[in-house]
Amino acid sequence: MAGDGLKDIKSEYDVIVIGSGLAGLTCANMLAKFDRSVLILEQHTKLGGLATWFKRKGGHIFDVSLHGFPAGMIKTCRKYWTPEIAKSIVQLKGIRFDNPQFSFSTTFDVNDFTRIMTDNFKIPREIVDDFFVTVRGMNFYDDQTMTTGELFNKFFPGREDVVRLLMEPITYANGSTLDDPAISYGIVFSNFMSKGVYTFQGGGTDKVVGDMETELIKNGVDIKTGSPAEKIVIENKKTAGVVVNGKTIKSNAVVSNGNLISTIRNLIGYENFSEKFIEEVKKVRINNSSCQVYIGIKKGEKIDYIGDLLFTSTAEKFDSKALCSKNITSRTFSIYYPATRPETGMYSVVSSTNANYQDWAYLSGEEYRASKEELIESTLNALDKYLPGIRGKIDWVEAATPKTFESYTLHVDGSSFGTKFEGLKVSMDLPTELPGVFHTGSVGIIMSGWLGAANYGVITANNVDKYLRL
Amino acid sequence: MTREDIRSTILEVIADIVPDEDLSALTGDVRIRDQIELDSMDFLDIIMELRKRYGVEVPEDDYMELATLDGSVNYLEPRMKEI
Repeated sequence: MAGDGLKDIKSEYDVIVIGSGLAGLTCANMLAKFDRSVLILEQHTKLGGLATWFKRKGGHIFDVSLHGFPAGMIKTCRKYWTPEIAKSIVQLKGIRFDNPQFSFSTTFDVNDFTRIMTDNFKIPREIVDDFFVTVRGMNFYDDQTMTTGELFNKFFPGREDVVRLLMEPITYANGSTLDDPAISYGIVFSNFMSKGVYTFQGGGTDKVVGDMETELIKNGVDIKTGSPAEKIVIENKKTAGVVVNGKTIKSNAVVSNGNLISTIRNLIGYENFSEKFIEEVKKVRINNSSCQVYIGIKKGEKIDYIGDLLFTSTAEKFDSKALCSKNITSRTFSIYYPATRPETGMYSVVSSTNANYQDWAYLSGEEYRASKEELIESTLNALDKYLPGIRGKIDWVEAATPKTFESYTLHVDGSSFGTKFEGLKVSMDLPTELPGVFHTGSVGIIMSGWLGAANYGVITANNVDKYLRL
Repeated sequence: MTREDIRSTILEVIADIVPDEDLSALTGDVRIRDQIELDSMDFLDIIMELRKRYGVEVPEDDYMELATLDGSVNYLEPRMKEI
């Protein structure tokens, strides 16, 4: 699969997909199923985009973004990938909250949340039911002016604890805040609440992406990793192909699964768009980035079951801006037990915090290293509360920052959740501006995360197929 | 295709997309999504299958026409009668 040369690939395709995140991969697979000839160009040496993993000394394999997704992923994998991939999805039942306002474990679904909100938070049952009916009924075409903060204020005025319960997990899932449109919250929250949180079992991200690669090859998709696209070729106001390694490969359609802004600014160039469109592009806000700490438990060593996903904080109350700050005390721990990778029998913990690119981008080498060290130390101290003596059980720990995300994904400002809401319209309007050019990937909060990205890949594949029939 | 053929074709497509749903009791004049679990992605799958299998293109503005089984048959009849 890997290779720098372009000798195995054809000079022309129906579609070239730039970038192989879950949206790009799913889009490519669907187009292949529609009998289109497809080439995937990926700048990195492996497929998956942020759905990725890495190996370290001591037998460790770390998953970067496999924290948990809604049950809808089962259907998405069955319909757009294979029944086998779908069958490897299982529920994560131990979702834990621990902060100065409340502490408990939940299955994170509508029944259990209704119980918690009525029993623990003493919210009248009618209000809880009404809230769930309201968020479940939200869709993309609804009023977009109400913010998530206003939605909470309408149902739970003055209840900062309830806001924290409802918002904090979603902030970690897609970087959204109380200022984002209520519908973007409602859609994502309802997706999780319908049946809880799910993950792959019997192999981590490497297994899933590997299975997807096998399926793509079976369906006739050509794949080139280590091959950064340099330019999307525009001729006569429509696409003509992609320049890679200095060579033009022709195609009738191009799908970029790269960051929306860098696709428009760098791969295509502002000069190819109307002024009005560029005005809209410039208004698109990039979502925040992340910091992570990867903690490897020694081979043969065990840890107790303390839950699968822990939303922890020592902050007195919820504040989504503070969640991105460098001295954050709120972090999500994803605990991976041997069930994830039975073949290794090993445990690992990945701590995630939201972060601002600007806080990390301009540090000197020394400051950067020191900040990373500080992040690792504070994370291990926080984890020790849940896994006493954890330092004695680990033989690998390292940190990733917004700079790390930027370097591996080439996303503007190391964005780990794409763009804010307004990015969705720009992404969807791209082919109207430039026929044959499409975008897919994490945009608009709704199309974010494993499920949102994969589904957006299908929506884009449908539009590409329609376009190619014209 | 006759109206009956079109109806069974639509049911066949839906059955492939949501294999766990019982379609035998579907009422023709009630919204399909009110009778079985069919989300917006499933609906898009129906549109894609109609295009893939029969070359029928349903523009986005016409999606509402396919909300019920009867509506779908009415809408698709002129577009599929030559198939």
